[in-house]
Amino acid sequence: MNIEGQAAAVRFDGVSKHYGAVVAVDRISFEVQAGDLVTLLGPSGCGKTTTLRLIAGLEMPTSGSVFIGGDDVSRLPASARDVSMVFQSYALFPHMTVFENVSYGLSVSGITKAEIRDRAEDGLKLVGLSGYGERLPSELSGGQQQRVAVARALVLEPTVLLFDEPLSNLDAKLRRQVREEIRELQQSLALTTVYVTHDQEEALAVSDRIIVMRNAEIAQEGAPTELYEAPRDLFVADFIGDANVLDAEMLSRDGGHATIRVGGGMELRLPHRELPVGPVKIAVRPEAVILETSKDESGFTGTVLKSTYVGSHVEYTLDTGLGEIFVADYRFDAPVPAGSRVRIAFRERGVTLLEKQT
Amino acid sequence: MNRPAALWLALGWGGFALLPWYGVEDGFWSLAWLFDYPAGADAAPALLQILLFGRWWLAPMVLPLAAPLLVLRRPRTDPLFSRVLLAAGAVGAVFFLGQGFLIGIGGWEYATLEGLFGPLGDRQFGMGYGALSVAAAFLFLFAQGLAARGAINGDGFVVGSIALVIALVAAFIFFPVVRILASAFQDNDYNFVPYLFVEKLFSHDIWGVGCLTANVNCGIAWNSLLMAILVAASTTVLGLAFALLATRTGFRAKRLLRLLSVLPIITPPFVIGLAIILLFGASGTVTQAIETITGTTPGRYIYGLPGIWLAQTLAFTPIAFLVLIGVVEGVSPSMEEASQTLRAGNWRTFTTVSLPLMRPGLANAFLVGFIESLADFGNPLVLGGNFDVLSTSIFFAIVGAQNDQGRAAVLAIILLAFTLTAFWAQHRWLGHKSYATVTGKGDAGLHVPLPRRVVWLAYGSALPWAGLTAVIYCMIMFGGFVELWGRDHSLTLRHYMDAFSITTGTGGLVWSGAAWNSFWTTIYISLISAPLTAAVGLLTAYLLIRQKFAGQQAFEFGTMLSFAIPGTVIGVGYILAFNVPPIELTGTGIILVICFIFRNMPVGVRAGIAAMTQIDKSLDEASLTLGASSFATVRKVVLPLLRPAVIAALVFSFVRAMTAISAVIFLVSANYDMATSYIIGRVENGDYGLSIAYSSVLIVVMVVVILLIQLVVGERRIGRREDMNVAFGAGGAVG
Repeated sequence: MNIEGQAAAVRFDGVSKHYGAVVAVDRISFEVQAGDLVTLLGPSGCGKTTTLRLIAGLEMPTSGSVFIGGDDVSRLPASARDVSMVFQSYALFPHMTVFENVSYGLSVSGITKAEIRDRAEDGLKLVGLSGYGERLPSELSGGQQQRVAVARALVLEPTVLLFDEPLSNLDAKLRRQVREEIRELQQSLALTTVYVTHDQEEALAVSDRIIVMRNAEIAQEGAPTELYEAPRDLFVADFIGDANVLDAEMLSRDGGHATIRVGGGMELRLPHRELPVGPVKIAVRPEAVILETSKDESGFTGTVLKSTYVGSHVEYTLDTGLGEIFVADYRFDAPVPAGSRVRIAFRERGVTLLEKQT
Repeated sequence: MNRPAALWLALGWGGFALLPWYGVEDGFWSLAWLFDYPAGADAAPALLQILLFGRWWLAPMVLPLAAPLLVLRRPRTDPLFSRVLLAAGAVGAVFFLGQGFLIGIGGWEYATLEGLFGPLGDRQFGMGYGALSVAAAFLFLFAQGLAARGAINGDGFVVGSIALVIALVAAFIFFPVVRILASAFQDNDYNFVPYLFVEKLFSHDIWGVGCLTANVNCGIAWNSLLMAILVAASTTVLGLAFALLATRTGFRAKRLLRLLSVLPIITPPFVIGLAIILLFGASGTVTQAIETITGTTPGRYIYGLPGIWLAQTLAFTPIAFLVLIGVVEGVSPSMEEASQTLRAGNWRTFTTVSLPLMRPGLANAFLVGFIESLADFGNPLVLGGNFDVLSTSIFFAIVGAQNDQGRAAVLAIILLAFTLTAFWAQHRWLGHKSYATVTGKGDAGLHVPLPRRVVWLAYGSALPWAGLTAVIYCMIMFGGFVELWGRDHSLTLRHYMDAFSITTGTGGLVWSGAAWNSFWTTIYISLISAPLTAAVGLLTAYLLIRQKFAGQQAFEFGTMLSFAIPGTVIGVGYILAFNVPPIELTGTGIILVICFIFRNMPVGVRAGIAAMTQIDKSLDEASLTLGASSFATVRKVVLPLLRPAVIAALVFSFVRAMTAISAVIFLVSANYDMATSYIIGRVENGDYGLSIAYSSVLIVVMVVVILLIQLVVGERRIGRREDMNVAFGAGGAVG
């Protein structure tokens, strides 16, 4: 296989994009290491697609600079950047065959016919579509069209590959498969890749690092485990998985950890994340809550308001002194019926102090 | 080295140092100027004009042409590169326009300049290809500078295209209109006489209301307004009747109605007026019938308001039909069904749901009819009699015994004010609804049957009218074969022979018919202008739909404006603007081509907008990220997908060029006479036989052209639409 990655790092330095009075991207800075797959994750309208288009050169920053491989490309048009993009709609040219689509980028860059032919064939082979060259895009299934779009982007051996919600037009079963294919391809070619999605599970599955965006700004950046296990604030905690946010009090700090008291009786040891002693907020994953139906009423207790059996687990809504808590119990023997009094405990994994208190 | 900048600079130097700066006798392409080149005063390039003939005012342009040479080797991203290009373009344009407009045919245009530099001892001449090249170079160097600064994503092609369209619209739409405004304040010797403007603007023959009290004519402006309102009302009502008939009834001959909608496109508007004369004129068929039955002579009753109203209603009802058929189809059946489930009867549903939903469309049809009627020139000319309207009065103010440019300008301003107000109202109230295409999303449900009263009304008004239209077209086709209409009804080929005979002379075939000259000129000019019109129109549509830039709304308004400027106004504007240096074009074929391009450009824009909104923008972006320049993207992705729109734009601009009369009649010359103006001339001489014969030939030629294109393109279009639906169905908005 002749197609190789030519990975380069991407760096944003205080980049803003304004559309008139609307701020789509607000002074964001981040860096994507060469060969990494970084996901831009966030709700719609958070600026993630604009950020991707700023890398592609389809938008120019209002202020700040974009660097690719160390060069400032802020003012370079898309056609002059060594970046390929796979579009949400695939954007296959409907009047060209699959082969013409894949060789399009090569043919406008002035390579010999023979080499174009070889590289386009390689590209199609890479995505498992050898022999489909003479078909029109409309004669392919959605998944195949998606692969053509990937092959078309790959044959140019871009320094950066961009994906704009590539799975959103596929059905649920195909999504998992294509997502794995993309990740495998990216890793085997060691391509620098930026990937936009609003699906947190997809982001956790494919990324080396994730950048969570909110309201044109970066909410938090980190490896998938970091984001899931130590979200900085309520938004990230709630956007990546579910979370219960509870008031608690930090009693003392020693070393890297702090002693936290929750709901009167329960005490936890958590990394203190540089927070001062006093009132704090903690985020608790629904699956980190343990219910005990013993008669012992000491510690943190509550009443089961709702109990819903959904097969793989049981979902509870509890009424506690700290408000309602949502629980997902995967290790149940028998569902606890509504109305029961329960004693509440937390697993250490899945509970974290929130750095930002709002 | 920066290639685009280098190429434009090379063009600039070529225009400055090689090509003849001024327009040359006999035209550039005859190459006769080569005998006089390069040292002749006519054919010399600017460089030699300065050195040999002392035309020092051309010299400052050397500076902005030289400065970019210094930065060509610098990278695009260097701020100095863009700054020098911007400055060179701007300064060059100032020098260029300065030498063009400060020096007139009598030396300095302004006394202060004469005081400053002393008398010139020279004059301005019409500019030629050298000047054109230099102007283009300054324009595009400026655009390259803007692009290098990152404007429009740093895209030189797009910035250059925007600059080009703005420059063209400024030169060929705004400049003539401004010239009209200016000359309204001048007397015939170009002196500034403001009180003349006031006197002419409030002249009694424009605004007089004597007709209300006494038996005299009302003012021209009132006449025009009255006629426009009557025509707009009648075309809207009839158009609605036809639209209801075509979509909501079991009417059998719906295909015939569709055919009816093609007719106005291929019929020069005044031909309707001609046919009406054959029917209702002094020796018309109907008139003679009345004479025989009643024994009295009705006389010239058709000339004036009744005739124009009848002719324009016949001519423009199909346009209202085209507007309204979309509106009637656009009323969602589910709304009507909802109304019925709420226990409203057919009549109540129609009057309280369907009709109010059509209201914006009806307003649109009314305004279109209003503008068309005001702008129409041919019918009032043929049928007006003593009933003067603005469009014809403008013409007679220029070509008649009056030869009063100021009066023509004032009338043009009034007419322009009327149409622009209507255009503005249309734009304001109806926004972009008029361009919006059908969504294509199926709306389940059936239209509620029309109430019986409405059905009978629709049949009762539409069918007699369709019958009259059929009679009119029979007259047009048949009239040319009759010896002398109303007097001698023997069949003859004489008129066709007169117009289109071919004899064999000494040198082989001789095109001896009287019409051949104007016929071939018309075909030739139309064939040249059609692709240019389509190109400018589609390029503008591309910029409007595919690009975002500051001032885009003003840009759109400016480019669509020429739709609202009546042809007579454009005609007057072109005469005023391009009869004198620096742009001297009257009497050439070029001015006709330019006139057609900018008159018909909105047709291309609309076709392009309609087609391009259907193509997902991510296709363009995909091409860009794959390394294709936006020019290559347009060529390889956008244009192939736009093929149906390209064909439509070509056909429409060709046909509109063949049928145009209002602006053309000001611009034709002995060498370049057009079919329509030739026919009008014959009509004025009372030569109806030949006029009708020629008109029918024109109509047949256009039908053949349209059918040929349908035949060649029709199949392909269907195949394409299928695979487009599949591919574009997947297209989603960016998040």
